[in-house]
Amino acid sequence: MPSLKDLKNRIASVQSTRKITSAMKMVAASKLRRAQEQAESSRPYAERMDRMLESLASDILGKGAESHGLPKLITGSGADKVQLLLVVTSDRGLCGGFNSTIVRETRRIIRANEAEGKTTKLLCVGRKGRDQLRRDYGSMIIHYFEDIGRPRLSFADARTISNKVLELFDAGEFDVAHVVYNKFKSVIAQVVTLQQLVPLAPPKPKDDVIGGDALKVSIEFEPEEQVILADLLPRNLAFQIFRSLLESAASEQGARMAAMDNATRNAGEMIQKLTLNYNRTRQAVITKELIEIISGAEAL
Amino acid sequence: MMSEKIEFELVSPEELLISRPVDMVVVPGGEGYYGVLAGHIPMITTVRPGAIATYEGSQVTDRIFVSGGFAEVTGERVTVLVEGALKVSSLDRAKVEQEIKNFGEDVEDAKTEDERKTAAHNLGIAQAKLIAIQDAASTH
Repeated sequence: MPSLKDLKNRIASVQSTRKITSAMKMVAASKLRRAQEQAESSRPYAERMDRMLESLASDILGKGAESHGLPKLITGSGADKVQLLLVVTSDRGLCGGFNSTIVRETRRIIRANEAEGKTTKLLCVGRKGRDQLRRDYGSMIIHYFEDIGRPRLSFADARTISNKVLELFDAGEFDVAHVVYNKFKSVIAQVVTLQQLVPLAPPKPKDDVIGGDALKVSIEFEPEEQVILADLLPRNLAFQIFRSLLESAASEQGARMAAMDNATRNAGEMIQKLTLNYNRTRQAVITKELIEIISGAEAL
Repeated sequence: MMSEKIEFELVSPEELLISRPVDMVVVPGGEGYYGVLAGHIPMITTVRPGAIATYEGSQVTDRIFVSGGFAEVTGERVTVLVEGALKVSSLDRAKVEQEIKNFGEDVEDAKTEDERKTAAHNLGIAQAKLIAIQDAASTH
């Protein structure tokens, strides 16, 4: 049985742990708010980018015959032998299952690729994912980025990554690229999402756009579509990566907040149990001392 | 004549920078400057580094330097997608000239083709900045 002093020390240490976790929870909450705002403010660009791509794609597809002149980023290299996977995780731990779920999905994809006889190459964003994958799949990691988005996620970060992806693609290092990241659904729910980056699936022209067709037909392009598309696609790639980084950043803070909330609650329960234990022990000690005194007196 | 306004939107990946109705927008298109009034035919163009000017009547209200992007024009709206934008009035001429000099040296010192390309790209942007400053100065 632990002594009174031991129990007291344990209570004090659990109390200070609880203070730390509840502070971390609050920090995560405020960072989450910022991350959400940032994700929110990138939405206008996303909508307009999609609209432009759609106009371009429907125009080019409408002409049909010219489609072989399309940039490789949209048509792909014609093979799917080498798969590139961009794994977005966090640099910091203490965020529950945030990184593990990503790593689990990555392993699943790698095994699926192996079963189909495809090669996988990994591009890791974030220290945690790389550390977990390095043991089993170290040879597949061709490059990794860390300290992305600190102190604040900027578009330049996404461009650094997309430049690397483009460089690899131009060098023929891979055929198909995906990104796997945590999509922010709510504070308690993050959804592991796999999204294809290269080749870019052209957005399907919506048939039900009101009065859209009449407008679309008459759009003018300057310079011609192919040139715009060749310029637009790399930027779109950078933007898609930017979006996934934003989602991942918000998810990370959400996951950390939930994890720290749990930890705080756990610490609270533990303190209660320990205090109960402490009081019982204290009473037992008093009783024991009394018995000793009384039996000593009786013996006289 | 000029009563009809056109909605001007300047969007970067990080935020919606400007969204307001103006009389006319002059955009540095990939194949030359063009002005957009309400009722323009729909078109999509590239944007090269340069200054976008917005007009109220015949007065320039804003000059915004952009480092390149895309513009989508419809009858009611001009949407410019850029990666970064600055007010021309916030550009410092001495600094820009220094940039031109630095990037010019970079182009000459570049060892690899990639380095040279990056430096040349930056030089182009810096030169466009200078032109934007000069334009703003000469029309005022």
